[in-house]
Order: sequence, then C-alpha cells, then structure tokens
Amino acid sequence: MTVGLYIHVPFCLKRCSYCDFVSYIYEPEAAEAYITDLSAEIRLYGPLLREDEKRVASIFFGGGTPTSLPAASLKTVMDEIGSVFCLLPDCETTVEANPGTVHPRYLDSLAEAGFNRLSLGVQSFDEGLLRVLGRRHGRRDVENAVRWAREAGFQNINLDLIYGIPGQAAEGWLETLERAVAIAPEHISAYGLQLEEGTPLARAVARGELVPCAEETELLMYLKAVDYLTSNGYMHYEISNFAKPGRQCAHNLGYWLNLPYLGLGAAAHSFFRNRRFRNESSLARYHEKLLRGEYPVEEELPVTLDAEMAETMFLGLRLIDGVSLSSFCRRFGRCPGEVYREEIAGLKKAGLIELKGDFLRLTGAALPVANRVFREFA
Amino acid sequence: MERERDRIRNFCIIAHIDHGKSTLADRFLEYTGALSGREMTEQVLDQMDLERERGITIKMQAVRLKYKAADGREYQLNLIDTPGHVDFSYEVSRSLAACEGALLVVDAAQGIEAQTLANVYMALEHNLEIIPVINKIDLPGAEPERVKKEIEDVIGLDASGAVMASAKYGIGIENILEQIVAKIPPPGGREDARLRALVFDSHYDPYKGVIAYIRVVEGSVRSGMRIRMMASGKEFEVSEVGVFRPAPAAVDGLGTGEVGFIAAGMKNVKDCMVGDTVTDAERPAAAPLPGYRKATPVVYCGLYPVDPGEYESLKDALEKLKLNDASFTYEPETSEALGFGFRCGFLGLLHMEIVQERLEREYKLTLITTAPNVVYRVTTTAGEAVYVENPSKLPPAGKIESIEEPYVKATIMTPKEYVGAVMELCQERRGSFSNMEYMSVSRVMLNYEIPLSEIIYDFFDQLKSRTRGYASLDYEMAGYVQSDLVKLEILIAGEVLDALSVVVHRDKAYYRGRQLVEKLRELIPRHLFEIPIQAAVGNRVVARETVKAVRKDVLAKCYGGDVTRKRKLLEKQKEGKKRLKQVGNVEIPQEAFMAVLGVREK
Repeated sequence: MTVGLYIHVPFCLKRCSYCDFVSYIYEPEAAEAYITDLSAEIRLYGPLLREDEKRVASIFFGGGTPTSLPAASLKTVMDEIGSVFCLLPDCETTVEANPGTVHPRYLDSLAEAGFNRLSLGVQSFDEGLLRVLGRRHGRRDVENAVRWAREAGFQNINLDLIYGIPGQAAEGWLETLERAVAIAPEHISAYGLQLEEGTPLARAVARGELVPCAEETELLMYLKAVDYLTSNGYMHYEISNFAKPGRQCAHNLGYWLNLPYLGLGAAAHSFFRNRRFRNESSLARYHEKLLRGEYPVEEELPVTLDAEMAETMFLGLRLIDGVSLSSFCRRFGRCPGEVYREEIAGLKKAGLIELKGDFLRLTGAALPVANRVFREFA
Repeated sequence: MERERDRIRNFCIIAHIDHGKSTLADRFLEYTGALSGREMTEQVLDQMDLERERGITIKMQAVRLKYKAADGREYQLNLIDTPGHVDFSYEVSRSLAACEGALLVVDAAQGIEAQTLANVYMALEHNLEIIPVINKIDLPGAEPERVKKEIEDVIGLDASGAVMASAKYGIGIENILEQIVAKIPPPGGREDARLRALVFDSHYDPYKGVIAYIRVVEGSVRSGMRIRMMASGKEFEVSEVGVFRPAPAAVDGLGTGEVGFIAAGMKNVKDCMVGDTVTDAERPAAAPLPGYRKATPVVYCGLYPVDPGEYESLKDALEKLKLNDASFTYEPETSEALGFGFRCGFLGLLHMEIVQERLEREYKLTLITTAPNVVYRVTTTAGEAVYVENPSKLPPAGKIESIEEPYVKATIMTPKEYVGAVMELCQERRGSFSNMEYMSVSRVMLNYEIPLSEIIYDFFDQLKSRTRGYASLDYEMAGYVQSDLVKLEILIAGEVLDALSVVVHRDKAYYRGRQLVEKLRELIPRHLFEIPIQAAVGNRVVARETVKAVRKDVLAKCYGGDVTRKRKLLEKQKEGKKRLKQVGNVEIPQEAFMAVLGVREK
C-alpha cells in the first residue's frame, strides 16, 4: 500500500473573508514553535508504521498559507518527512501558495526543498472581486508568481479560481478563465463560492451589504468553465477540477478514491487503518500533547464498512469517470449493484447516473446537482 | 347514620376556567379533613396531567366529605365535579342532574363568563339551588360589589348572601360549607321504589373494568346485585360499590340520594353510557330516568401516524381510549397522501385536541391531523340525503343538489370596548346577528348564529386575540342550514392532495386557496423539476404558486478534511427524506402537512 501525506500550516498573513479553515495570523515565534511540534509529530509515526505504510505517493502542504512561513521551515518539515517516510520516486509534492507571498529566491528554495508542484490561490483576476474576498494580491502578482515558478523549475502548477462571488458577472468570470488559460498552468480548480457560516463574507451577505450570486448565474458560470476549459486542452476530471492530460492531482485523487492518508499538523484530518481522526485544532493543545509525547488527536472515529462503502461511492462519483465497479467489488467483496440496488435504479431512472463500461458515473445533467445523487448513498 | 337522607347534600361547582374551582375543591377536602395539607400539593380532582396543564377538568369525579356543621350534626357532602368546556355540555347536564344544588363561583376581578352563564341556566333548568360565591377577593383588581350586581342583573339571582371567598387563602370556606348545609335541600326519592340510578360519568379501569359514577335516585344498590343498563339493555353483576373520600373506599351499598361508584365487570364504557339508568335486573323499573341521549360527534378529522409502521399502535391506542371515552368515534380511512389512518369524530375542538394529545403523550405516537371539519348534509340530484364526514368524500359537484351545514347559537360576552371587534369577527365568519344585551355598564352579551365550521376554524383564538383574552364564548347546536359551499382541492404537480381538501363557503374559496398554496410553496422543498401548486374549485384554479427547480446543488470542494462532515450531512438529508410522503413525483415533508393543516390567519 501507499499513503498520502497532508501537512497543515495554520498560519496566514491575513484572513480571507470567505475562509473557515483553521488558521492563525502569522507570527515568527509561534510558527517556529509549530515547526518543532510538527517535526515531533512526524517522528512519532516512525516506530508506529509498518514499512509498507511508510511508502508515500503524494505530499500536500495546505493551509492556511504554507508560504507565509520561511522556506527553510518548510524544508525542515520536508527533511523530517524524508527521515521517517519513504518517498516514492514519482511522489507528487504540492505546496499551496498565495501569489502575493512568493518571490524568485523563495521559489528556488521551495524547489530545492523537494516541492515539485505549486498550487496558487488566484481566485480571480478581477481586482474588485479580490477585495470582496479579502485577498491581498493583485493580477500582476499571479503572472509574476507563475513566471518565477517556471524559472525555479516548477513544471506542475495549479491555479485555484472561484466563481459565484457577490458582484461577479458571467462575463467577468469568462475573462478570469481566459487569463488563467493564457498563463498555461497544468491544472485549474474552479470552485463555486460557498458562503460558510460565521465568515465575514457570509455576515456581509446576511446584513444585505452584498448580494449573493443568483443560482442561475452560478450554474451558467459553472457550465461556462467546463465548456471553456475543456475546449482549451484541459480535461474535466472532477466536479471542480481540470487538468492537462496526465496532470491530475495525484494527492486529491487519493481522497476521491477513498485511499488512506495521514494528516499532520494542527487540525489535520487522517483516514488511516479504517479510522478517521482529527488533530487538535488549538495550537496550545496540539503543542501540549506533543510535549507529553502523545499523538495530538482530538477526535477519532472508526469507519464502519457501510460508511466506507458510502464514502467510496459519493467521493468516487465526484470524478467524471465515476466509480470503478470492479475496484469497488474487489475492495469490499460486494458490488455497488447489490449494495445500492434501489438507489442506483432510482437515480438511473431519474437520468442522474449512467453506466459506462466498468464505471458508474454522474450524467452531465447531474453534475451541477450532484448532492442530490450523493445523499442517496449516505 | 350516614344514610339519613336529610343529612346528605349533593352539589357541584359551576365556574369558568381559572375562576378557582379546583382550588376551592381542595380547600373542602382540607377543611373537612379528607386530606391533609401536605397531601394537597396537587389538586386532586383534576386527575390527568393534561387537565392540570390546561387548567380544565375533563373527567368528573364525585368526592364524599364528612362535615360537622355548626348545628352539631355530621353531614355527608357529595361534591360532583363537572367538566368546564362547551364540548362537554351533555356531560355537564348529567352531573347537574345528579345534584340538588350548585356553587356558582365567579372571579371577583373578571365577572361572569359565557360558559358560566350557560351552565347556570342549565342548573336552573334542573331546579338546582344556586349559592353564589365570589372568589379571589384577595386580588388587587377584585370588585366583588360589581360582580354581585352582575349576578343579580344577568342571571336574576339574589346575590345578597353571596360568600366572599378566597380559595387560595382559605377565606370563606366554612361559610360556603354552612350555606351548602342550610340552603341545598336533601335528596328526595323513594327508598322502597325499584332501583333507578343515573350514570353521570364512567371510566375504564384495567383491573376492575368500567367504573360507573352514579347517583341513586330511587331505591338502592348493593354489591352482588344483578343490574341492567336500561339504554344498552346489558346486564351485569355488581362486584363493588364504593365512594371516594377521595381515595376509593368500598361500602355495602348506596341508598336513595347517595352518590358513589359501582364496578360490575363491564368491559367497555359503551356498556355504560353517561346518562344511562341503572336498574335492578330482577325488579326493573318501569321507565328510565329522563334526559338520556347518545353523544354524537360534531367535529371530524383524519388521524394518521407520521410513521406508517405505527398504524397498528394507533389502532390499539384508539381502541383503548374508546374504552374510556364513549363519545368519540373512529373508523379506518385511507388517504393517498397520508397513507392508512382513521377518521375520528369528536364532541368539539377541545375534545379533539385532548384525544390527540393523549394519543401522543400516553401512547407515544406521532400523528398528523387533517383540518377538522363538520358533518355536511348533502342532497344529491337523485334526491338522496347523505351525511359527509370527510371533505374528500363530497360527491362530485354535478351530483349535488344542495349542501347544508350545521349552525350554532353562539353567546359571546365581552367588555363593551370590544363589541365592534367581536361583531366584525362574527360577520367575517358568516354569522347572523340575533341579539345584544348589556349585562352591566361595562359588559355586553352578544348572540349570533354562526356556522359551526367557522367556529372550529380558529374562531376561539381569534376571539381571544381580538379582545385581549377578555371575551368568552359558549354555543349550542342550532340545526342545519343550506349554504353555498364548495370543495376546495389542492393539486401538487397536477395530483390532488386528498388530505388537504376542505369544504368552504364559495366567497372564501379564493382566500383560503391563496393561503394554502402560499404556505405550501414555502414548505415543499425544491426538486430537480418545477412543481406547480394549485388550489381549485372543481375545474377552476383559484390560486397558483410554483416551487422553482433546483439548478445548482453541489459541494464545490471535498477533500480529506470534509469527508466525515459531508457524510453526516448527507446522512441527515437521507434521514429527512424518509419522512417525506411521495405524492406523484413530488416528495412532501410531513412538516408541510402539519404546518398547512395548522394554518392560521395572519
């Protein structure tokens, strides 16, 4: 077996208005202490894991803003990982970056530290909308970041884009897509904005200061993204994800195929040995537990067979190819057609799923309303 | 000694809800030593939780008190409890018939209410001696003199000797007891006549069978006696005779004029209906006591289990309740939207609510109740008269010659500043004015004839809210009157939702239709297709709304940290889906039915 590693870096220079992830404002001392804790956590896994569980197929540094930390800190963590785990030769190693936080030397250091994929949180090329989102960077920052990253040797770059922003028009979204494609990244993620409860953006909408995007407009934007990106050489391979051939994100594919992963760092989630667990989200508690030599886990849940099958279905159906029936049967010893007979029949009748070869997949019509399909498998 | 009839007094208490009947009863028990103060923590006459919460008495009991009067003699006082709501007026009349006197308890701050008045008139019809008691004189707003005058002006009773009391503080209790002894006559009736005893209440006891509460009018009843119920014709052997002090206590027998209970292995309250006459099976009386009538339901509704798996439990629960309450009826019915359930008949709206609550509380059932309706009398074009208890069973419009609906004579008492508001309400509810009378300078009595269907549709709540709770209502059935009525149907995506069909006056069809479709539009979740909601009279659509289709419903991101949360969310949605009722292609949440069926005017 192989495992994916997720490293959470819970620091940002500034919080974005739409974000509800666990993150704190960057402070050098706190960040330094955190790197020490994170290294300690990585070392705890050394004696616990069997050799085959140490085979790492992908690494993903997410946040927060990993690049709010000095490159040397990220390298320290990478070295620690290398000392405990066995990185497979073609291991995809991604780091998320905010376009405003990188410069040429920094990117060189990241490449030297072993990162081979850069994921840039671009969100939009419209400066007004970037302000709505509370982003610090501008249009030029993105172009510079990509150019410098190429110069530093990054051959695998992703741009995150967001549509459905209050005040965004369909034409504006098309312009953002055009600019993104013009930069020629290997991968583009296009996310519909989710108004998460408690975020400044959601509150502004609730107060009526911002008008949320109409459902019809959001649908139009989604369809436009699919249309524009697929006709420009990007494969639509997951509901919100597009890639040049062979450049699908290996790490995220692991999530959608419901494969095991270890999450390291505060608030990181893991799915490992049939359990899902989540680390302490408070930095203080995360630190205390590690200081005592304990695993910094806050909550742990066993995954029952039923739950694992359900997850395999609704995660797998996020992929445009769908769920491989033969893989499912091999993994669980039971086939979807048997476990979800009624559900599948009903969804087929409603024109929401279809069978193509060995794969059960969403129909084109079901993509924008996929939750209606997913819940049948819960 | 106890049987010496000139020392028996049978009486009841007539009072409006909250005017202090239960507290007063408690004081009697305490004063006469039947119960200690500590035992009085709960008001004993009101047995059921539900009654306590609603502050009303549903089931009557009779308590025997021993009272040593000022004249030095010991009296047997039988306090017969009466229900305090219009739905149970027949039961009230039977318990009044079991008494020679009544205490008229009036709140010193509030004065006479419509209900009280109706019951006093009923007591006067039974020739009861009435003792006015002005209660709650301790209240800051008490106006005992005004209330006294009201009693004199409105009822025409001499209130000069009215007892000034505060049941709460035990003031005036002895005075009341003395007046009971002095003013209420002892029971008459011939001791040597053949047994005739009036059943004024009954309840089902799982160990003893039906317990009948009786007043012996003539002759006597003993344990071991073979009795016959004169209305049902059924015969039983008396296994137990007793009285409540207030705990049940066995006695050898009950003589003429006495009040108590008998158990006789009766399996069902149907065998022993309120108002029936108990006689000696060996030496039966020639004729029953007057006044018996079968209680007929006037309000109907459908009761359905939310979980179809609870149908059998509901059936069992209804059977058990019926053992205890002969006045409600039920029969199986099927609704396309709600599945299997029962159409139940009640004496009134409150009776309906009580039964529903007992089913939910005591039998742990979760129910959907359709809108209550009255019984319509339909004359078909073929000249046949049919009674319709379910709006969805109304014959097709083309086959209806005419529809009649039950009217009531309503008496409303209100402070005079609300007369306009009350008249407006009655007008809106198709009432026709018959009379208005000033009870005092500040209070007015209004008489209207109003369709019962309007009364059961939110009338009482409206009356209360438009008069800040000051008005009171009483009504009695006044027969059938022809009206321009139509069946209003609700269609969801073209399918008739039978459970929501209502019969309404033609002039109100548009308004009611609008209300229903608007409410449903809010409550029916969006589907992947558009759902038209229509209200129609025959083929004519009177109101229409549309539930728009869902165009986008997908979680944009789902990565490692989202899986558990996402699955729980999906599970919850799926769980919610199980409670949906499928109507055609449309899934409707139970809540939608409940909310629509409980629809209130804004």
